[in-house]
Amino acid sequence: MLKMTHLSKAYRTEVVETYALRDFSIHVREGEFVAVTGPSGSGKTTFLTIAGLLEEFNGGEYQLDGANVRGLNDNQRSRLRNEKIGFIFQAFNLISDLNVQDNIDVPLRYRGFNGAERRRRIQESLERVGLSARSRHYPAELSGGQQQRVAIARALAGSPRLLLADEPTGNLDTQMARGVLDLLEELHRDGATIVMVTHDPELAIRAQREVHIVDGQVVDLTAQPRLVVGANAQL
Amino acid sequence: MFSYYFTLALRSLKRNVVLTLLMIAAIGVGIGASMTTLTVFRAMAGDPIPEKSTQLFSVQIDNWGPSKKTVVTGDEEHLQPQISYPDAIGLMNAHAAPRQSAMYATGFALTPSNPQLLPFQVHARAAYTDVFRMFDVPFRFGGPWSSADDENRADVVVITRELNDKVFDGSNSVGKMLNLDNHDYRVVGVMDQWQPIPKFYDLNNDKYGKSEQLFLPFTRAIAGEMSSWGNNNCAGDIGAPGWQGRLHSECIWIQFWAELPTTADVDRYRRFLNNYASDQQRSGRFNWPAHTRIRDARQWLVYQHAILDEVRILVLVSFSFLFVCLLNAMGLMLAKILGRAGDIGVRRALGANRRAIFSQCLIEAGVIGFAGGLLGLALTALGLVGLRALLSEEVSRLTHFGLMDISIAILLAVFATILAGLYPTWRAAHVQPAWQLKAQ
Repeated sequence: MLKMTHLSKAYRTEVVETYALRDFSIHVREGEFVAVTGPSGSGKTTFLTIAGLLEEFNGGEYQLDGANVRGLNDNQRSRLRNEKIGFIFQAFNLISDLNVQDNIDVPLRYRGFNGAERRRRIQESLERVGLSARSRHYPAELSGGQQQRVAIARALAGSPRLLLADEPTGNLDTQMARGVLDLLEELHRDGATIVMVTHDPELAIRAQREVHIVDGQVVDLTAQPRLVVGANAQL
Repeated sequence: MFSYYFTLALRSLKRNVVLTLLMIAAIGVGIGASMTTLTVFRAMAGDPIPEKSTQLFSVQIDNWGPSKKTVVTGDEEHLQPQISYPDAIGLMNAHAAPRQSAMYATGFALTPSNPQLLPFQVHARAAYTDVFRMFDVPFRFGGPWSSADDENRADVVVITRELNDKVFDGSNSVGKMLNLDNHDYRVVGVMDQWQPIPKFYDLNNDKYGKSEQLFLPFTRAIAGEMSSWGNNNCAGDIGAPGWQGRLHSECIWIQFWAELPTTADVDRYRRFLNNYASDQQRSGRFNWPAHTRIRDARQWLVYQHAILDEVRILVLVSFSFLFVCLLNAMGLMLAKILGRAGDIGVRRALGANRRAIFSQCLIEAGVIGFAGGLLGLALTALGLVGLRALLSEEVSRLTHFGLMDISIAILLAVFATILAGLYPTWRAAHVQPAWQLKAQ
């Protein structure tokens, strides 16, 4: 599903060149739930933005769902992002002046679905996250946990092949975090491929496999997949 | 997607009402100022007879020579804008143009047959019958007088619809008599609405004013010794006293127009005019080489400075002001868009390509422009009221604001705002989603 080989990403100024990722290789198979961990500044978020086609890389190869993304133009990257990737952000990133259903509608509009198809998908994804009754609410009227569920519904609405989550529980209290994590696990059991960036080892345990990044390099790639922790496991 | 972007634009504008109102105000004020002056400019610079302006030619003959000053400011050719009676008759008798007319402004005291109406003054134009076909004058009743009427100095007149309404209650007055200066003239035609602006055929007096209320044969006016009510210039040499003295003098007081439909006609007439002036030199009347000129109606308006310099300056100033207003609007739009960089980053992450963001922001700019245009229309109406106090009455009369002007104002506002929005929109389309999302 996601395969990066000897990938590098450097940020350059006139006087200094800083590598965020160096000789970075990772392979996430279809249906896997992978946690990417590491200390602050290790390159976790850079990995995620490159994986999500939000940022270019300098060297190496990146294959997403079998397609080499190097050299794709903005249109092609945007289409690939829209069709194959769902994002879940730490800060939820809902658009404040759109209500719940309009927020979920955003990627579907860019996909070019007609009105009936969009309504069906919005309804289904809201039911999936248990927020059907809140479709007309605005983000400010929802709790943090509910906002993150809306963000997950938005990510799911386009039926992506890959879910990328950046600290999805980072802005939530323990109870809400548990609910969101349960939802991610449920999605994984239903076949979703999930890559979750987190600096919290407790969260990483809930994933099927953990990839640890230090200074832009994978230092510990668990060879054998862990068993999925039970759905009712505690944080 | 247009309706989607349009809805997003309305939501975005409601999000920050103060900023939105500031942008609309900036554009509205600029549009109001520029449209106010443009309305006057367009009316003054408009082609008064667009279908024939390249076929109608004003004739100039230098009958004063290089020693006398010209009467047209800035005329480096030292040519007089009018011609003398001897030249008018000389040209008419030559029949060198398919249609031609000498003409001059005069006037009468009109005594209505209706005893309830008091006598009043009317402005008249003495001309040849060709003038009606040359200038495409529309008729409500009857038509022009005949060439025979010209030759016979007939007591006939063509009157305007307005005068017909006043004197004959709008009825068909063809065949009825009109008492002018205690002499009866037969009405042969009633014109329909006809008001070329500027009054291109005689720009010497009240160039933006109304056309004359009646027309009569030039030959009849001369025979009746009807004096000129227009501009008369003798450059210090007024000739012998009396009417005959005036007719034989080199005073200039007559306008001369010729209709020359083809370029061959124009070339032929130009040669004729030069030969005419050369003949005058040979006969001893002119002791200088032939110096003549013909100009079509558009060239004539430019030559005669029919567009006031102050209006040109006002247009320039107001469009500069519009430019400054647009720069302000651009700054405000930039601030607004950069304030939404986070949302744009999210949209990019969710699959919007640069073109989609560009379209969304540009449509938002268009909506702002449209609202600015509406405000600009209201301010234009106010501006035109103010302009009437600033400019002369004859210019004020031109300040009509029609459907065309409304369309121009709205289109100008939308187009200008979209133009001003290009840079902020380009910035929006190039928002780096990764950076925005990391920042959040």
